[in-house]
Amino acid sequence: MSRSGRFHRYLESVPQNALIVQPRMGFSDIRQMRAGLVAVRDFKGWRVGTMTIDSLTRQRKFAESMKAVAENRTLNGYPIVAHGSQATRRLLKGVANDDFPVQVRHGSPQPQEIFESSAAAGIDAIEGGPVSYCLPYGRVALKASVSAWARAVSFWAEDHRGEEGHRHIESFAGCMLGQMCPPSLLVALSVLEGLFFFQYGCASISLSLSQGTNTEQDIGALVALRRLATERLRGVSWHLVFYTWMGVFPRTVDGARAIIGDSARIAKIGGARRLVVKTAAEAFNIPTKEENVQALGWASAAAKNVGTLKPPPAAMEHAEQIYREASRLIDATADLDSSIAPALIKGFQRGYLDLPFCIHADNRNRARGYLDPCSGTIEWETTGNLPISLKMPRRPTTKLTSSSFLTSLNFNRTRYDGGYYGRF
Amino acid sequence: MAAFRKIILSGLPSDSHTWNLIFLQLFLEEKGYSVHNLGACVPTRELLGAIVEERPVLVVISSINGHGFDEALSLIQAIKTSRLSAISPVAIGGKLSTRSGDESAIAARLMRAGFAGVFLGTNSIDAFDEYLTRKIVASPARTQAA
Repeated sequence: MSRSGRFHRYLESVPQNALIVQPRMGFSDIRQMRAGLVAVRDFKGWRVGTMTIDSLTRQRKFAESMKAVAENRTLNGYPIVAHGSQATRRLLKGVANDDFPVQVRHGSPQPQEIFESSAAAGIDAIEGGPVSYCLPYGRVALKASVSAWARAVSFWAEDHRGEEGHRHIESFAGCMLGQMCPPSLLVALSVLEGLFFFQYGCASISLSLSQGTNTEQDIGALVALRRLATERLRGVSWHLVFYTWMGVFPRTVDGARAIIGDSARIAKIGGARRLVVKTAAEAFNIPTKEENVQALGWASAAAKNVGTLKPPPAAMEHAEQIYREASRLIDATADLDSSIAPALIKGFQRGYLDLPFCIHADNRNRARGYLDPCSGTIEWETTGNLPISLKMPRRPTTKLTSSSFLTSLNFNRTRYDGGYYGRF
Repeated sequence: MAAFRKIILSGLPSDSHTWNLIFLQLFLEEKGYSVHNLGACVPTRELLGAIVEERPVLVVISSINGHGFDEALSLIQAIKTSRLSAISPVAIGGKLSTRSGDESAIAARLMRAGFAGVFLGTNSIDAFDEYLTRKIVASPARTQAA
């Protein structure tokens, strides 16, 4: 690999035992976006900045986002294509530098314009994936997303002379739908998207996983993901990124602080290098820059207090099972084609990959997970056509109903708002 | 010709959330309805086509991203323009504005625009449940077209 990009170099400059924190911030107004980034840059700790893109741009409704910009209307993120790369470059001037890299976060199944606009603005870190930004959102066909992502990732991987060097890309697959998915599938999809990025030329990659509903299972999932990445992503420079809980969020400040603190401890013990943090305002509205910086502080402090704890034995048991299941899912999918892009499409067609509770037309929706109300772990209820067999099918004692479903979705809110969690 | 009670369930065109739709599907199925869940980001054209074809006893729109109010208005106008509100009443619920406290004003606007029921804020599921019992159970089941 020749010269690496700013984001990659920053990651390498941070001590191995430090947790880098990152917000999910995005404002449509240029000055507000800049002020937000400045606030994150000035945070005292290891951190990277974020520009989250608005939903009109994600769906390629550029005319609408341009109209909104012209009319000075507030959007739910930064409309990078409407503002244009020159404006973004000016926004970042004097803010982003070698000590403060910025990642663009978007959510688009067809991301070409976002990739081009980001690159033209000098940004060298982005995220998403052909599966993770297609199936959970909207109606773009998986085939269309896979080919759009193949083109965008190839573009992203091109050696661009005279600027920053190799660009970074993160797979969002470990966060799909945010809750109710057994971790082995998330781990497998993360690795598969990592392989996809590598096949299209990117060699600076991160793999994601989001916080679930049981601490040991989360640590185990990170351990399994690290083991699989080590085995499968040879020739790639990679790290793991963990996400604070993305499901129904606690409403109380104490509950939010506790779940954010737990996510930082899990990330640290599980060996993630970076944590994407939520805020205390999450249950109510788009957080301000102050709320973002406050949450970064909570996460950083929690991570510092962990020291060098090893994963507990219960977490290693989870890791073993998750590793076994994820390996089978990856192998069965990869065996479907010599190239990873068609293998992903065939994998979903045959149900070797099947995302629980995902109602996209290209997902079978036969496999289903459930939340064990005692432990909080997410287990398989039925595996559909997934190539994994449950040795001891641990069926839930009660049938899935709308009210038990709601209880499961609210599990973390109830637990953390009620103070039913232990420090670990 | 079997009697059936079909409900079409749908998100708004630019809302990508689906957990609300999955919950509502379970909720309605438990009440004995047959549910066609169109999913998230449903283009208006597709929803109109489904209403014409399936003639459901009710259309349920759910949106929770906090930006649904304007789209909800355009949607009900499109349904009325196509004279489809005569076929199936349309109910809507969720979180349609990011400002709390707007619920009753928004609900009034949407009812005037042509929605048959608007369910926002706390207890909205109970209110929706009551609406189903009162309006939909009381109405005769449609007979399926061949």
